[in-house]
Amino acid sequence: MAAALHQENSCLTAVLSGELDHHNIRSIREEIDTAVIEQQPHTLILDFRQVTFMDSSGIGLILGRCKIMGGLGGSTIVRNPPPHIKRIMRLSGIERIARIETTPAGKETIQ
Amino acid sequence: MKIENSIKFVFPGLSVNEHTARAVVSAFLIQTDPTVEELADIRTAVSEAVTNCIVHGYRNTSGDVELIIKILPQREIYIRIKDKGCGIPDVQKAMEPLFTTAPNEERAGLGFAVMQSFMDSIRVRSKPGEGTTVTMRKKLRSSSCRIS
Repeated sequence: MAAALHQENSCLTAVLSGELDHHNIRSIREEIDTAVIEQQPHTLILDFRQVTFMDSSGIGLILGRCKIMGGLGGSTIVRNPPPHIKRIMRLSGIERIARIETTPAGKETIQ
Repeated sequence: MKIENSIKFVFPGLSVNEHTARAVVSAFLIQTDPTVEELADIRTAVSEAVTNCIVHGYRNTSGDVELIIKILPQREIYIRIKDKGCGIPDVQKAMEPLFTTAPNEERAGLGFAVMQSFMDSIRVRSKPGEGTTVTMRKKLRSSSCRIS
């Protein structure tokens, strides 16, 4: 499990991969938060296209990042969640605080 | 209860074993030929229950988590996850969506909601100071009428 981070203009993208659970979310959270504090992006994109498993710990990760980005006056976008992960997101009502979007690249990977 | 096959897996309540527990679920249930979605549902529910044991049950202590999986007739899967941790004083309250005793750790309070939603039934028995047992069941669709 890792997060690949890259910044373009004022948008920071974290491409998450592997299994997102309570155990391995800790290091990802630290990685993302360090980058957010250093780079002060306007938008944080969390890309889930390469995530193979996620439980509600992932919802905690999104919520926490939304809170931090909100504090900076920015926003968080959840990108390309695979179908099963989308179900947990729907159950949590996370779409009320973060935009969920699917890009053409994400569609290809998911299907 | 007629049991077609079963497995008992006892492991230390270490967070790295959340993954191990899911791997055991997949390895054991593959014989039932579940759909990708069914297996993902069960793996997610088990992950939530095991995480609860580790994050909440053994918050101030350490101990073992016991996972039992049984394959019952008519493709019914029975799962029991047990810890001997601190227990839950008010199970009903703990099962309310968004209720968490660990907000500072970014716990969303959705563990039980996910288990309820992804499994057919769930029963939680808990006694403060003695531990918590979560029992869940899910019936798999018959393999002959599945689209492969």
